Amino acid sequence: MNFYAVRAIYKFEMARTWRTLMQSIASPVLSTSLYFIVFGSAIGSRMVAIDGVEYGAFIIPGLVMFTLLTQSISNASFGIYFPRFAGTIYELLSAPVSFVEILMGYVGAAATKSIIVGALILVTARFFVDYHIEHPIWMLSFLVLTSITFSLFGFIIGIWADGFEKLQLIPLMVVTPLAFLGGSFYSINMLPPLWQTITLFNPVVYLISGFRWSFYGVADVNVAVSLAMTALFLILCLLGVWWIFKTGYRLKT
Amino acid sequence: MQPVISVRNLSKVYEGGFQALNNINLDIQRGEIFALLGPNGAGKTTLISIICGIVNPSAGQVLADGFDVVKDYRAARSIIGLVPQELSTDSFESVWSTVAFSRGLFGKPRNDAHIEKVLRDLSLWDKRHNRIMELSGGMKRRVLIAKALSHEPGILFLDEPTAGVDVELRRDMWEMVRELRQQGVTIILTTHYIEEAEEMADRIGVINKGEIVVVDEKKALMQKLGKKQLTLYLQQPLTAIPAPLQSYPLSLSEDGNTLTFTFDVQSETTGIAQVLRELNNNGIDFRDLHSSESSLEEIFVNLVRGNREARP
Repeated sequence: MNFYAVRAIYKFEMARTWRTLMQSIASPVLSTSLYFIVFGSAIGSRMVAIDGVEYGAFIIPGLVMFTLLTQSISNASFGIYFPRFAGTIYELLSAPVSFVEILMGYVGAAATKSIIVGALILVTARFFVDYHIEHPIWMLSFLVLTSITFSLFGFIIGIWADGFEKLQLIPLMVVTPLAFLGGSFYSINMLPPLWQTITLFNPVVYLISGFRWSFYGVADVNVAVSLAMTALFLILCLLGVWWIFKTGYRLKT
Repeated sequence: MQPVISVRNLSKVYEGGFQALNNINLDIQRGEIFALLGPNGAGKTTLISIICGIVNPSAGQVLADGFDVVKDYRAARSIIGLVPQELSTDSFESVWSTVAFSRGLFGKPRNDAHIEKVLRDLSLWDKRHNRIMELSGGMKRRVLIAKALSHEPGILFLDEPTAGVDVELRRDMWEMVRELRQQGVTIILTTHYIEEAEEMADRIGVINKGEIVVVDEKKALMQKLGKKQLTLYLQQPLTAIPAPLQSYPLSLSEDGNTLTFTFDVQSETTGIAQVLRELNNNGIDFRDLHSSESSLEEIFVNLVRGNREARP
């Protein structure tokens, strides 16, 4: 195992985060704070409690999860896309590193950044809403698992994209709508039966539901199903990355 | 002695069917400076890219210090440094951090003293805190060399190292390459500048249309394929070459004032004495003479042209 390489990639990626602090950390924290002000404090005060949880507190897991998804994808996709764009990928391809080590460096850094942002959002939320975490270990597990899974997904997007537009395409056109419709701001039990069934095809539902359960002990779907779906997506992403490195797709000619 | 790089039956066909390399066989000896010459699209960069792991081969095998570059890629790549043709740099990083990154990437522990030495040797020490985007093209080229040297490679590939750099920097780089060779580093460079190969290389390989046309010692190549010419400046112009001299490879200038005699360097007898004797016998006097030898550039052009004409 080339630990020096893993550390070099990880440090390199994290250095970019500190260099672009406003964009990497301050910006997502600010935008999520705005959600808390608008939906949590302003509108939330006029909403009824859902499953016994105040609306302001109810949206916290969904908002954290939404930020985790978008941040993980964007951090990891940009991290691997930029060397391809700038041409510096030659160094990575000619270095004595395996794909596992490359993943540990890039995905590890992207997931770390997402977890930092997620933690900061939780801290920020405390200023607007009172909430509690019923299962902190599970909350942390969902946080880490989701960050890693979607950083892997972002890595795949960063390899697939051949332009900055494509880099933004999946996060904006697919992930954001799925997160909004996946129960970030409401319980899917509030939907008509047909839409409840349709919503179950949205994978983000399981992530948000499981994460919310770790906070308040209430969930739209069984927590074991949530965990299984997250693990399944993780395995699919790992298989995708394995295939990319095996075939050299978009990396090697 | 076992070659440090051994290329066997290497071929590369890109998607779309373009054959970039066709059954290449090549050995690079330890500690030598090997220049790979060839016109644009000849396959130089593809060959280097396969050895370094950037491009997958279609067939054949490459060993670096005895390690298969595909199967034992860790061992093979850890001893290779590559300076690419393109100025591909991390624009927003500082010189120091990008060079330190390269060392870690190639599996070497942190060694600030070594990085300092590399930066000083390349006149980059004063720029170590500068972001790469603030540097000139020549300085960026130095940064790429520093990155390639950061992990103390035993084999260094320089792909067009002096493309677009000024004369002074080019001379500096030649000096640096010689110093590296003295330290035991094997250097393989591709270049368009024949002068560069002529100045530095121990051996030269010429590649054209994906095939190795010739590989030889620089001196031997120049001797084997080079031509010498003796130019005679005549006292009185001639209208034609006299009959007794027509059997010699002589050419007369349009104004009839100069006779040029061309001969092979490797011939046992050059024929100069006979030509001069015949000139004297025919009463042709000359006021001056000048001899010249083919440059590597002329040899290269002839080789590539010959290879082109030999193939449909």
